[in-house]
Amino acid sequence: MSAGTIRSLLMGDKQADRVVPPTGFTARLTLFVSGAMAFLAVFALALSLASGRLADRWADELARSATLRINAPADQMADQTMMALEILRQTPGVAEARALTAEEQTALLSPWFGPNLPIDTLPVPQLIEVRETDEGYDQAGLRLRLSAEVPGAVLDDHTRWRDPLVAAATSLRRLALVSILLIGGATAAMITLAANAALAANAQVIEVLRLVGARDRFIASAFVRRFTLRALIGSSVGVVLGMGGVLLLPEASQEGGFLTGLGFRGVGWLLPLAVPIMGAAVAFAATWAAAHRTLKELT
Amino acid sequence: MIELDNVGYSYGGGELLGDVSVQLAPGSFHFLTGPSGAGKTTLLKLCYGALQPTAGQVRVFDEDMRKLDRDQMALMRRRIGVVHQDCRFLDHLPLSENIALPLLVSGKDLNGEEENLRELMKWVGLAPRADALPPELSGGERQRAALARAVIMSPDVVIADEPTGNVDWEMSQRLLQLLVELNRMGKTVLIASHDLGLIRAAKSQVQARVLRISNRRLQLAGADL
Ligand SMILES: Nc1ncnc2c1ncn2[C@@H]1O[C@H](COP(=O)(O)OP(=O)(O)OP(=O)(O)O)[C@@H](O)[C@H]1O
Ligand SMILES: [Mg+2]
Repeated sequence: MSAGTIRSLLMGDKQADRVVPPTGFTARLTLFVSGAMAFLAVFALALSLASGRLADRWADELARSATLRINAPADQMADQTMMALEILRQTPGVAEARALTAEEQTALLSPWFGPNLPIDTLPVPQLIEVRETDEGYDQAGLRLRLSAEVPGAVLDDHTRWRDPLVAAATSLRRLALVSILLIGGATAAMITLAANAALAANAQVIEVLRLVGARDRFIASAFVRRFTLRALIGSSVGVVLGMGGVLLLPEASQEGGFLTGLGFRGVGWLLPLAVPIMGAAVAFAATWAAAHRTLKELT
Repeated sequence: MIELDNVGYSYGGGELLGDVSVQLAPGSFHFLTGPSGAGKTTLLKLCYGALQPTAGQVRVFDEDMRKLDRDQMALMRRRIGVVHQDCRFLDHLPLSENIALPLLVSGKDLNGEEENLRELMKWVGLAPRADALPPELSGGERQRAALARAVIMSPDVVIADEPTGNVDWEMSQRLLQLLVELNRMGKTVLIASHDLGLIRAAKSQVQARVLRISNRRLQLAGADL
């Protein structure tokens, strides 16, 4: 099918459109279905983008980092911390090691205990943030050395809980993409059914047109134009509603964790605008195929 | 124009038509007659490609009908105006648009043909009914409308299946007049009819040949009419 064919199929003229009688009911159903599908597609798209971002962020932030936790009686805390930092500095593969300040620790704990936590009066362990170099360090060796010299130190390697999180986010994204494909397929199937119903209901119209010398393209385009237009209008409305729904989702926030930030970001907001175009394209192809199947059986 | 060469046709049961050979020369005027059920409508359908022969060959405008693709078939139908025995219209469009339908589907400029359309509707006596919907028309009005639709493209060939079946004598004379007029303009005309009176009337005005189907064969009727 050439670009010219597609253009003439879509343009047509008012008069030529009148040869097929208007059908209120299928029209409304097509509008509704493409609207609903577009609405769902927007959410699937938002989910796929957000889970993609989440997977990237988790993989990125948590990769190459570890936490050293020091549990020691208050009087030994400073010594053991110094010692641990010294060991870490000597360990090849550790890019940076930094003890968190009291304020940072308070900030970390306040979501759990409230802002007025008297942190200095509690036996809170000291945390040391460790960043690895690209090569990484010898974990077993470091643990051995720490257990010998800093008895209160526990090395917490993030990969342990990072991997399942990244895996979860990645499969969430895969599910969202599969959903988008399914939504597209279901739209195609439903438009095909609606187009077949319209073609069957207008069998006599098609026969008359054929007898007076109408080409297949003329007949098909009368139907194709209709369904493409309906899908375009229906899915535009669906996308607007869907984007409104996404807009109402809570903003990404530290407190909300991974459940927030599900919406679109920046240019991501332009992506849903492709949904009506895809919907119209699906309707175009489905109606075109249905019309040609029907017409092939006529003389 | 249209050439049938040893054409046979059967709807699946026994043979309905066999060994039919006839040539419709440009500008000729033919009647096709025969008892009801003999296969007149079937033979006409073979001539405009609604049916493909089960034997033999049909040639239209010097082309083998079997070799035409769907688009070529559509283009061929624009050159053959057909009045069907069961006149079908687009029931949701007014009569004037139905008559202009062949112009619309072939992409002609409808505004340019408006005068032509009005004239034609006056000719078949349907001018006052221009805005009526086809289901509101009488049988005779439908036949006249079908004839108008068949000739609006000024086709090379006009094929009419019982075009005067439902109209009174005076109107059938008028329709015949229109067909004779078209024939004088050089169009090839083929009419299926059992109305012997009509055939006689035509013979006094043009050189019409009468083909008769009997016993599954097509014969040229003699001067016995
Ligand atoms: N689609 C069809 N399938 C099977 N048989 C058919 C079909 N159309 C017509 N016939 C049969 O073929 C025979 C010829 O039909 P046709 O319509 O050609 O007759 P006709 O000469 O035009 O008759 P009439 O003068 O009544 O219009 C009839 O016996 C009819 O029953
Ligand atoms: Mg008949």
